[in-house]
Amino acid sequence: MSFIEVKQISKTFKLAKKKSGLLEAFKSFFKREYFYVKAVSDVSFSIEKGEIVGYIGPNGAGKSTTIKILSGILNPDSGECIIDGLVPWQNRREFVRKIGVVFGQRSQLWWDIPTEDTFLLLKDIYDIPDFEYQKNKEDLIDKLNLKDIINIPVRQLSLGQRMRCEIAASLLHNPEILFLDEPTIGLDAVSKQLVRDFIKRLNKEKKTTIILTSHDMSDITSLSKRIILIGKGRVLYDGNLKKLKNKYEDEKYISIKTKEKLDLKCTGLKSKKKSVDGYDLVIDTKVISISDILNKISKRVKIDDVDIENESIDNLIVKLYEDYKI
Amino acid sequence: MRAYYTYFKLKFITGLQYRAAAWAGIATQFFFGFVYIMVFYAFYKSGSGNLPMEISKLCTYLWLNQALLSLVTQFYRDRELFNLIRSGNLCYEFARPKNLYFMWYFKLLGQRYANVVLRFLPLLLVTSFLPKPLNFTFPVSFNAFILFLIALLIGSFLVVALSVLYPIISLLTMNEKGIVNIFVVVADLLSGIVIPIPFFPSFLKNISKFLPFQYISDLSFRIYVGDIGIYNGLIGILIQIFWLILVIIIGYFLMKHNMKRVVVQGG
Repeated sequence: MSFIEVKQISKTFKLAKKKSGLLEAFKSFFKREYFYVKAVSDVSFSIEKGEIVGYIGPNGAGKSTTIKILSGILNPDSGECIIDGLVPWQNRREFVRKIGVVFGQRSQLWWDIPTEDTFLLLKDIYDIPDFEYQKNKEDLIDKLNLKDIINIPVRQLSLGQRMRCEIAASLLHNPEILFLDEPTIGLDAVSKQLVRDFIKRLNKEKKTTIILTSHDMSDITSLSKRIILIGKGRVLYDGNLKKLKNKYEDEKYISIKTKEKLDLKCTGLKSKKKSVDGYDLVIDTKVISISDILNKISKRVKIDDVDIENESIDNLIVKLYEDYKI
Repeated sequence: MRAYYTYFKLKFITGLQYRAAAWAGIATQFFFGFVYIMVFYAFYKSGSGNLPMEISKLCTYLWLNQALLSLVTQFYRDRELFNLIRSGNLCYEFARPKNLYFMWYFKLLGQRYANVVLRFLPLLLVTSFLPKPLNFTFPVSFNAFILFLIALLIGSFLVVALSVLYPIISLLTMNEKGIVNIFVVVADLLSGIVIPIPFFPSFLKNISKFLPFQYISDLSFRIYVGDIGIYNGLIGILIQIFWLILVIIIGYFLMKHNMKRVVVQGG
């Protein structure tokens, strides 16, 4: 039995169908039509203790819904989920002691008072002993660089400063599992790096199991070896990030700047698109090498500039979405 | 228990941040106190003299009402919980290892006390120097004062038990306006905040006997001015406790029920 065991979880939301406009609003006041959205359907996976898992998918894929079910906030319609021997939504109070959650788009800090006051509240909510609280607090202040901002009212903090405080607030009680729902949303490069390094260290030092969602693929690549890809509520891929990369590794992107018309057909050329000032080509290097294709092109047209790119992880994800038609 | 106390404390600290609001509140309550008293004073001057309360008692009642307003009115609502629900910040509330009903209960209680502690003293102090019979007076007896404090305390618990129902209902309805607004107005009317219960027509008096609202503030204020004696006061407190327990039980189970069906807004 794994540390986190999720079996065929489904959750459907009921939404009111409303067309825009005054007349429609009036109509729907009397007779409302509903439709159902399957936010999550038959999602299953298991996660071992100490793993970092990247949970990715396009907007509206069901990432946050899954996180909310796993953290005991939402009740699923069907399915099983056992985390460290507990069912999140049934043993909610006992369960949430073991977890920390960070929702990047929300705030748990009290808006009008300094972060440290919120920390004190959390200390009492989680019944953290004085000694442990002091130790954890100092550790977090040190690692997340909070010394200068912890006594400023939260409303006066910048987004990046606040996010660091949010993460610290979620870890005061030493959770075994940390759910991070877009923890780097809106952060600059420096803050992102700080947060990433911190998460890595946390996982290494305290063996905290971390489940992370993000739209920034560099978050995922730098943190987790394993990803779960979800689209339209279903798990599409669950496994090693590297393997996924390898699958598409043989493809290269070549963009050519030229004023002339390029007429090219050969094996290994997977696609050719006209761009603003030239062409974008995708080739399979197993069939044709880069030098061969460049050779062929330069014979036909005058190349002003050329750019060769590996498949970036972002493109890879876009491609995955395309392949799975989501 | 400690966590609930800390909630209370934090609400208090937050309340202290807004000094201007506190001063404005005091000014508003002075103003409304005077308006109420002037209206009643006019009735007393021109009336037949067949009125249910002496004017000096009434004035003390009205000043207590104004000074302790945020402790007794349904109208006073904490935006925070409604904002949590509408914005979806609710998910953090669910991720805490505490009973959500009592967490919210003590948040609201803390907010109300924080509000009142900052305001009641200046108002009562100043109004006790007003010319007779418009001034705020001492309680009729020491025993009445003690009983008043108990009834006021339980009354404030009761008003919070009622007002915590609104966010619990909006867990499902999303919007607290509409039915809740009507309910709030009716509840305030029947609790004697607009017009003290003794001035009600008898049919309304009979209706409100079977409702919890007059036990929020009318009971304690009338004990203070001596309009309700010690014996009847004690009976009133028993009824208060009955309502308090009943409303808490309703809220507790409604919360349990709604938590299973809640939807977190905004992704």
